[in-house]
Amino acid sequence: MSTLETTTETETEEVEQEREETPGDRRRELKRERAAERERRVEAELDDAENTRRLKVFRYDPEVEGKEEPRFDDFVVPYHKGMTILDALIYARDQYDSSLTFRHSCRQAVCGSDALFVNGRQRLGCKTQLGDLDDPIRIEPLPHQEVVKDLVVDMQHFYDQMHAVEPYFDPDDLPEGELAEQRQTPENREYVKMATRCIWCGACMSSCNIAAGDNEYLGPAAINKAYRFAMDEREGEDRKQERLRIIEQEHGVWRCQTQFSCTEVCPKDIPLTEHIQELKRESVKNNLKFW
Amino acid sequence: MSQSYDRGTVEDFGRWREFSAGMWAWIFHKFTGWVLVGYLFTHIAVLSTSIGVDPASSAVAGQTDLYTTTLRGLEDLLIVRFLEVGLLAVAVFHILNGIRLLFVDLGLGLEVQDKSFYASLVLTGAIVVASIPTFLGGAI
Ligand code: SF4
Ligand code: FES
Repeated sequence: MSTLETTTETETEEVEQEREETPGDRRRELKRERAAERERRVEAELDDAENTRRLKVFRYDPEVEGKEEPRFDDFVVPYHKGMTILDALIYARDQYDSSLTFRHSCRQAVCGSDALFVNGRQRLGCKTQLGDLDDPIRIEPLPHQEVVKDLVVDMQHFYDQMHAVEPYFDPDDLPEGELAEQRQTPENREYVKMATRCIWCGACMSSCNIAAGDNEYLGPAAINKAYRFAMDEREGEDRKQERLRIIEQEHGVWRCQTQFSCTEVCPKDIPLTEHIQELKRESVKNNLKFW
Repeated sequence: MSQSYDRGTVEDFGRWREFSAGMWAWIFHKFTGWVLVGYLFTHIAVLSTSIGVDPASSAVAGQTDLYTTTLRGLEDLLIVRFLEVGLLAVAVFHILNGIRLLFVDLGLGLEVQDKSFYASLVLTGAIVVASIPTFLGGAI
């Protein structure tokens, strides 16, 4: 009996040894080792960290079976002073779940790709300090936009609205000489300065519930873009008229109901409502006739 | 993109706790506006049907007109007195917020839009409280 057992064990060992040699097994083993190593590192880091923060992250993946239903995943990340939401998300993705999907690029509030809905407000992930928020930190994709996967929303409609105001110059006369500058007075530059800061993050559009209810409404960002050009002294007269025609249509400036949501969430502090109101007045002036 | 997730309207309304001053001002303005429209129609309906002589009192001396009897009848009801206080609150807030919006339209006080909303609320409250003796006087 014992002999038999010994034989079987030896045989099994032999078989196992044989199997270990297949490349698939080696890969799997390596993967397991790496996962264990990562686990150890995370544990150590979590122990080391002064304190930790808990993220509640919205998850949704229509292409993976069992993940089509939206849910929230919890991630505990070590907290260091100066850490941003984006840092925390990157940590969670790198250490826990490589399928966690979100957009980012510049990490310095310039590219506008990481606007998220954090603790009930539209914010840029890279600009928002973890330390300023209460635990657990709830991270969701931008509201009023369709979710493609996890924290990524479909921005196409926002871009369409931005292009709808024809955001480019068309001056009446160009300066002489091919390389000559097209000058603008410092006062005028100052006047449109804030409006030029838009980074196309879409936070304002997502916070506006008029835009949410009316798909054709141009939205704060697009109107601000129109303002940036309409108020620029270098813009040609015809183009300005054309622009005013676009913004004073039914789904243009008059849709704004001064909720101030856009102004409150804009990460670049653009006074959007103010610009929209100014364009309303501009369009009234443009249409006033005394005859 | 094969599929996407639309969170729908219900979820949006569920976020009411996250609304800020401007949003509440908008909601209250719409709400009070609709209440006033509703009131005006009821008002027209009641007044336009209470004309002529009250058949119940015509036999009695004095010949009270229907209008007076109707209004007296309504004023006798405590609930109507309370509703009048409510109507005043609704009208005052709508007027004050309307003025606030006028300033916003003119580009004035954009930085204090939240404070002016709170001020409208406080003022509405004060006016309503001050009106209570008049409206409920003698009724309770
Ligand atoms: S206006 Fe502000 S919130 Fe809107 S897209 Fe531009 S930067 Fe983002
Ligand atoms: S990563 Fe570019 S704006 Fe945040």
